[in-house]
Amino acid sequence: MTGDHRLPALLLFGAFVAVTLVITTWVSRHRQGSAEEFYAGGRLFSPMENGFAIAGDYMSAASFLGISGLIALVGYDGMLYSVGFLVAWLVVLFLVAELVRNCGRFTLADVVAARMRERPVRIAAGTSSVTVSVLYLVAQMVGAGSLVALLLGGTGEATRAWTVVGVGVLMVIYVSLGGMRATTWIQIVKAVLLLGGTIALTVLVLLRFHGDFNRLLLTAAERSGHGEAFLAPGLAYGGDWTARFDFISLGLALVLGTAGLPHILSRFYTVPTARAARRSVVWAIGLIGGFYLMTIVLGFGAAALIGPDTVRASNASGNTAVPLLALDLGGGAGSTGGTILFAIVAAVAFATILAVVAGITLASSASVAHDLYASLRRRRGKPRSEVAVARVASVGIGLVAIGLGLLARDLNVAFLVGLAFAVAASANLPVLLYSLFWRGFTTRGAVWAVYGGLIPAVVLVLLSPVVSGSPASLFPGADFQLFPLQNPGLVSVPLGFLAGWLGTLTSPEVPDEAKHAETEVRSLTGAGAA
Amino acid sequence: MQRSNSGDVRYDDPWYDALASGWGESAGPAEAAVPARRADGADVYLEVQRSAAFQEVRSRYRRFVVPAVAAFLTWYVAYVVTATTAPGLMARPVAGAVNLGMLAGLGQFLTTFLLTWAYVRHARLRRDRAALELRWDAQELARGRGGAA
Repeated sequence: MTGDHRLPALLLFGAFVAVTLVITTWVSRHRQGSAEEFYAGGRLFSPMENGFAIAGDYMSAASFLGISGLIALVGYDGMLYSVGFLVAWLVVLFLVAELVRNCGRFTLADVVAARMRERPVRIAAGTSSVTVSVLYLVAQMVGAGSLVALLLGGTGEATRAWTVVGVGVLMVIYVSLGGMRATTWIQIVKAVLLLGGTIALTVLVLLRFHGDFNRLLLTAAERSGHGEAFLAPGLAYGGDWTARFDFISLGLALVLGTAGLPHILSRFYTVPTARAARRSVVWAIGLIGGFYLMTIVLGFGAAALIGPDTVRASNASGNTAVPLLALDLGGGAGSTGGTILFAIVAAVAFATILAVVAGITLASSASVAHDLYASLRRRRGKPRSEVAVARVASVGIGLVAIGLGLLARDLNVAFLVGLAFAVAASANLPVLLYSLFWRGFTTRGAVWAVYGGLIPAVVLVLLSPVVSGSPASLFPGADFQLFPLQNPGLVSVPLGFLAGWLGTLTSPEVPDEAKHAETEVRSLTGAGAA
Repeated sequence: MQRSNSGDVRYDDPWYDALASGWGESAGPAEAAVPARRADGADVYLEVQRSAAFQEVRSRYRRFVVPAVAAFLTWYVAYVVTATTAPGLMARPVAGAVNLGMLAGLGQFLTTFLLTWAYVRHARLRRDRAALELRWDAQELARGRGGAA
């Protein structure tokens, strides 16, 4: 890529970073340092603001770059991500959003701990929340690295490494200085930018085909070299039964994982009431649904206009399909239009990554400070010190994410997100649903549900082909692969539910009728909600 | 609730009600009531839980949510499993390049939007008012107990 090609994109990157830093300092001006302010932004966002922020938190670079890239490479099979990511919101809307808003204060563990012995439950739920967040963060870091590597073309490893470090530093600054309020505004700005960029590209793709979606699909199929098979399931996951079970496993993880993502749950605490939480989810579903529909057009558009071979040559897992598509739509490499569109898309993707990592970092530092630190240290200080701990935690999480982001740089980002969802669905969702809906649930059940989902999910990933035993693994040299599937959801999600059930059955503890009544009444009526 | 820090209820009680206690009530009695509520607050919730009004709200919620969750999860799992086990069926053309799989995928989007709309409508018309009344009742009850104690 040429120099004048890079410059506009770098300027837009710089502009976005500057805007977000202004937001952060502006917001931290009024900082009172209370936990309510830091974790929940004072709980006074409107449903529409929160809906945009949820969409901004959720529509990650994995979706924008990864899904479109997968569709460009393997056609229909990439669409599964779009469908799963959206349908998952029904689980959130029906079973989680309002009830969690009514029952909790800042984290997932609040909801569970209200009914149970607090300490073991907080430690368990805090641990799993941090694990999920770190996995998700790594995916975003990898996305940032490959995006900038493409942008600066060829300059290679050093650039990618510095991008990952830079993103890590920025996210720590946003979170530690601005807390939830700054994070939310960054997410809102990003959601508007991302949707704007996606709409523009979609319109351009459709214009290129004179609004004929049918011709778009036919051209994509023809260009892909697979013909009709490109438009039907089977290219990525159609081979042997292992691949098919992988597909089902992934599908399950996607649809059940969203409701267990800590950074999504923490968004419901930023609005005043459960009704506002519901309305923000409705906004989010509208925005997210529209966005994923457009990623399908962009994916097939990239296949039709760029061709899977060119996409693969640029980045083996397809993460750069959309920036390449933008370059082409604007008039090709070297043209002014192409340069500008490319710059816009690259900057939007970069903004997306920054906003998402800020949200996840905030949620995981909340888990560290509010759940783990508060439980592991019995002599708790004043709430102010908890916020101080959260700030320090965000730095630690930033360091971990940078390290892992450098290690995992060659994996497809959508796939990495699939793993985070699998862990969330296995470790967080069972304990959350049991606490909200099961009268007889006990402390032991809660602890077992978390560890019974978390440990199998993590161990199965370690034993999977992702980590070792194939040329595409994290450690291609080693081979300790015992589990055939890439995504553990199919096994670990049922195990999480089963462990919670077994733990409750074997528990000598009598479930506390009154606390269950309290949770149930609060969750459905909002009585005494924070 | 196993809490060692009853002295600092304002911050450490996850049920502490910052917003609602300020609504239309003078702050004084509410604040006095909050610590006292802990003593027999549990009773209040058991009482509310057993009331006919609450059971009505709960059953309305469940009567919508249980079948709806069952329906969309079945439809989604059926979609994923069919896509995996019967790609031939999904590849069957419907109109032009659009095949059955494409329609099923877009159908998932459509049903998600429809169910969202239906849920919100149901909650607004059948649940919200009763839930809000229960909320005030529960809080009044808790305050009453607190005042008497």
